Amino acid sequence: MLKFLLSRLLTFVPTFFGVTLISFAFIRVLPGDPILVMAGERGMTEERYQALQEQFGFDRPLIEQYIEYLGGVLQGNLGESFVTKRPVWDEFFSLFPATLELSICAMVFALVLGLPAGVIAAVNRGKLFDRALMSTALVGYSMPIFWWALLLIIVFSGNLGWTPVSGRISLQYFFDDVTGFMLIDSALSGQKGAFGSAVQHLILPAIVLGTIPLAVIARQTRSAMLEVLGEDYIRTARAKGLPPQRVVGLHALRNAMIPVVTVIGLSVGTLLAGAILTETIFSWPGIGKWMVDSIFRRDYPVVQGGLLLIAVMVMIVNLTVDVLYGFINPKIRKA
Amino acid sequence: MALLEIRNLSVDFETTSGRFRAVDGFDLTMEPGGITAVVGESGSGKSVSFLALMGLLPWTATVTADRLMFDGTDLRQASRAQRRRIIGKDMSMIFQEPMSSLNPCFTVGFQIKEALRQHLGLDRKARQARAVELFEQVGIPAPEQRLKAFPHQLSGGMNQRVMIAMAIACKPKLLIADEPTTALDVTIQAQILELLTSLQGETGMALVLITHDMGVVAETAEQVSVQYAGQKVEQQEVRALFATPHHPYTAALLQALPERATSKHLPTIPGVVPGQFDRPAGCLFSPRCAYADDRCRAVPPPVLGPDLGLARCHYPLNTQAEEQA
Ligand SMILES: Nc1ncnc2c1ncn2[C@@H]1O[C@H](COP(=O)(O)OP(=O)(O)O)[C@@H](O)[C@H]1O
Ligand code: SF4
Ligand SMILES: [Mg+2]
Repeated sequence: MLKFLLSRLLTFVPTFFGVTLISFAFIRVLPGDPILVMAGERGMTEERYQALQEQFGFDRPLIEQYIEYLGGVLQGNLGESFVTKRPVWDEFFSLFPATLELSICAMVFALVLGLPAGVIAAVNRGKLFDRALMSTALVGYSMPIFWWALLLIIVFSGNLGWTPVSGRISLQYFFDDVTGFMLIDSALSGQKGAFGSAVQHLILPAIVLGTIPLAVIARQTRSAMLEVLGEDYIRTARAKGLPPQRVVGLHALRNAMIPVVTVIGLSVGTLLAGAILTETIFSWPGIGKWMVDSIFRRDYPVVQGGLLLIAVMVMIVNLTVDVLYGFINPKIRKA
Repeated sequence: MALLEIRNLSVDFETTSGRFRAVDGFDLTMEPGGITAVVGESGSGKSVSFLALMGLLPWTATVTADRLMFDGTDLRQASRAQRRRIIGKDMSMIFQEPMSSLNPCFTVGFQIKEALRQHLGLDRKARQARAVELFEQVGIPAPEQRLKAFPHQLSGGMNQRVMIAMAIACKPKLLIADEPTTALDVTIQAQILELLTSLQGETGMALVLITHDMGVVAETAEQVSVQYAGQKVEQQEVRALFATPHHPYTAALLQALPERATSKHLPTIPGVVPGQFDRPAGCLFSPRCAYADDRCRAVPPPVLGPDLGLARCHYPLNTQAEEQA
């Protein structure tokens, strides 16, 4: 197990350097000058511009700038935001819980609906529920997030007025961050209605973000279940006289979970990409919105550092999934 | 009263290319404690017949029978829940591939105790004690440790012993062993057969031994039922069958036995069991039968009397008349 972990960590090294290089290049390829963006409408004098260029080091060759940046990164220094002057590291971790909370809730939504739907479809293969579910999943999978979000906002926020359109909680509630998770903090605060408000704010973004993973999980669960249900050991389980819910829900599902967990792990990257869009639409104060805002402001250190930290997060999640995989699949564990 | 009575059992599969009759009028009667071998080449419908009895066929199968009685219960009338109380308890089955027949995600101990809880409602401690006892009974050394093993950590022979332990866990009245040794090494094969017959002797359960190997039959069975292309073609007591086979197919199977071979090469029966698309008219064995004539190829043969082993043939072998001549 330790050897496995070490070898996986080793593969992270090239990815890590790749991401620093790509994020460094990406933000500089975009047209627009960060200093001019900071100056805004007012503009600035030539001398002031030159002074700032020197201060940020933009007058030096790119390769030199990159090496200096990399040197900082290796010492754990991601630089400071041009705009807020706060360390990128601090900003990331003050906003990350919001994204994590949204992503976890989206994933829970996808799992709670996707797993049973996939199982029921597989057991009723070819029947009406199965066909309806698979067409719906296809629609969900190919639905543009932006359009889906707007549709939900129009119906549930606009027409029905059930949910707010932006933020994590109503402004009337105010309490300290304990965990950074609004659902937990609001409950801990003991303020009446705070938790409910947090849930109301969370529900639409979580559904929007969870829709694609939901479609993917439902489809993957179905196909994995179909395969597993034809296995000899399922016949053995039935031959023991076990009730169908135990045969399907324990013997089959446990095996079907192996490929499903892989898919869940793979969709974490997609989930974070979706989070960027979802957070922007719902003004959700997380990493995604922060990144988008920073790209518009040409806030180089934030974009570079943010992308790098997101990449590291994805790598950590994938590693966790690999370890988890070993726990569900005893064949891997011993190997 | 007979323990098991099957009359005119037929199984049709709904396939993408139409209906296919995999079992065609199968009959079998078993007394408590009897041993019957069901013999036939691969594809003869042996497995399907007994999966139908157990109620384990997929939904594409249609099962019909004039009689399907087990231990006083009419299985045709039984609800799914009633059947679940019988299978795995009074009637149990083991399969050809021990490796794939056990769930890779659970320890063998978990899988055996599951049956004990389902049917006998034993508590945790009683389940553990009974599981150890069963492992000892089927000759698994160091049972406490083996109970914690996953199937892939055990050999094929060991897994088949686990399957047997699981099948006899609730002291069944009938054990169906579907080619239990086909997937195993030759040396292990003999051990498993020996185990099955000795368990049968100890517990007094009835045993159905499904096999394509006449050699296995000679060593273990009392009654032999020969199956071909979904039909029973002959049934006799084992010694009589070996001495005087009446159906040409039985005779051909016996001729293929190594110890009966006269030349260096084993005589195999030319051709294969007909499947969905090449079912002949008349006698199903006619394309491969050395005695076939035009009548065989046109008219389905009758089932002859018990004195002729219930053979399904126009021209049975070893008849009284022949012997007198
Ligand atoms: N689920 C199924 N669907 C369609 N045909 C099947 C199915 N299971 C078995 N068969 C067919 O039924 C016939 C008998 O199979 P089987 O009982 O497994 O033979 P045996 O056990 O004697 O080797 C074969 O031709 C096989 O292809
Ligand atoms: S009926 Fe004819 S073809 Fe069929 S087994 Fe008898 S002799 Fe052979
Ligand atoms: Mg078979």
